[in-house]
Amino acid sequence: MAEEVKVFGHWTSPFSCRVGIALRLKGVPYEYIEEDLSNKSSLLLEYNPVHKKVPVLVHGGRPIAESLVVLEYIEETWRGNPMLPQDPHRRAMARFWTKFVDEKCMPIMWKSLWSEGEMQQKLMEETNENLSILERELDGKKFFGGNSIGLVDIAANFLSYWTEVLQEVAGISLFNVEKHPILFKWANEFMSSDAVKECLPPKDELLSHFQAMKEAMSATKARQN
Amino acid sequence: MATAEKGVVLLDFWVSMFGQRCRIALAEKGVEYEYREENLGDKSPLLLKMNPIHKKIPVLIHDGKPVCESLIIVQYIDEVWTNNPLLPSDPYERAKARFWADFVDKKVYDCGVKLWKLKGEAQEEAKKEMIWILKLLEGELGDKKYFGGETFGFVDISFVPFTAWFYTYETCANFSVEEECPKLVAWAKRCMERESVAKSVSDPHKVYEFVGVLKKKFGVE
Repeated sequence: MAEEVKVFGHWTSPFSCRVGIALRLKGVPYEYIEEDLSNKSSLLLEYNPVHKKVPVLVHGGRPIAESLVVLEYIEETWRGNPMLPQDPHRRAMARFWTKFVDEKCMPIMWKSLWSEGEMQQKLMEETNENLSILERELDGKKFFGGNSIGLVDIAANFLSYWTEVLQEVAGISLFNVEKHPILFKWANEFMSSDAVKECLPPKDELLSHFQAMKEAMSATKARQN
Repeated sequence: MATAEKGVVLLDFWVSMFGQRCRIALAEKGVEYEYREENLGDKSPLLLKMNPIHKKIPVLIHDGKPVCESLIIVQYIDEVWTNNPLLPSDPYERAKARFWADFVDKKVYDCGVKLWKLKGEAQEEAKKEMIWILKLLEGELGDKKYFGGETFGFVDISFVPFTAWFYTYETCANFSVEEECPKLVAWAKRCMERESVAKSVSDPHKVYEFVGVLKKKFGVE
């Protein structure tokens, strides 16, 4: 009998979304538990005492934290629809690009969306460079994983969906069809695949959420000045 | 360019904890390789070609193909040379090992830099953070021989090179790792009994000397 799978997440979190995508890709049924991040549940704190963050995957009562660690666990536990290639060098390359997306692309893009003036200019330039690098890596493939979605594609989910919303909130255009046509095409393919589209939060709600966040930040700044 | 050659080359820098992880893994597997010391102030064309994105060491070049990022390299080594596995076979145990190696990666280096670069209250904050980090790691180790249990493995490899920096952290920030985390210090000594570790991890006093040079370069007192 299969052990039950639970995912503790937040609807606005691309990291939580990654886990949902991977489980759906593998056809693994799971229970999703929405966390209130301003009032974290005692269960979440018990399951992730080190970072106290979402997502956490709990399989048969055993918790795993950090989305990319969770993805590797999902890959090794449910073997259908592999997210990683078999060949060790290609696996290493997939992990390399996943790390590039996770530790470079995403944080710099996120910061650029929330910063201003000269700092924002600098971060936007860096983001542009990172997106060009990613585009070159796609190199005519449908997905980073080849013909099907892989680890890198899932790690880059922020790029395909969250960016669109956040650009609107920030009033800047970082990622568009003119500058990065190949990557843009990838984003559309990625978002229309079954495993992904069922996991994405409603765009208008996400927009409201981040708009509210921006307003709160501006209000705090105004009070400080 | 020696890129079409058969064999294993490691582009590295002598004091790098990240490079040392790779050296330890290769030694644990008994893999013959060529070590090439990089001058980080004047990086070789080979390094820039093999790691054009980050331009950093370590880079493992296996039969002409590069692998970058130390923990990715260690996993690659484990997957290619299957003797003496560095990761457990059970997926949940593997996940736990990856989690803790990721924790070391995310926390130890940056906090360590703060310890020798900063002064006053900022350094005190960094010291508190480092003690918290080390205690968490000690908690995970518990009474086990290694982080991997009876077998020296992935988490041990990811963290043991940092033990050469304990002396530097202690001296700069005025605390004792042994007092705060005796089990961790005992674990470090056990690891140093392994030839792979003893041959790869730096001498703590050489690390301190190296940091002294860095401090001058950054204008830190």
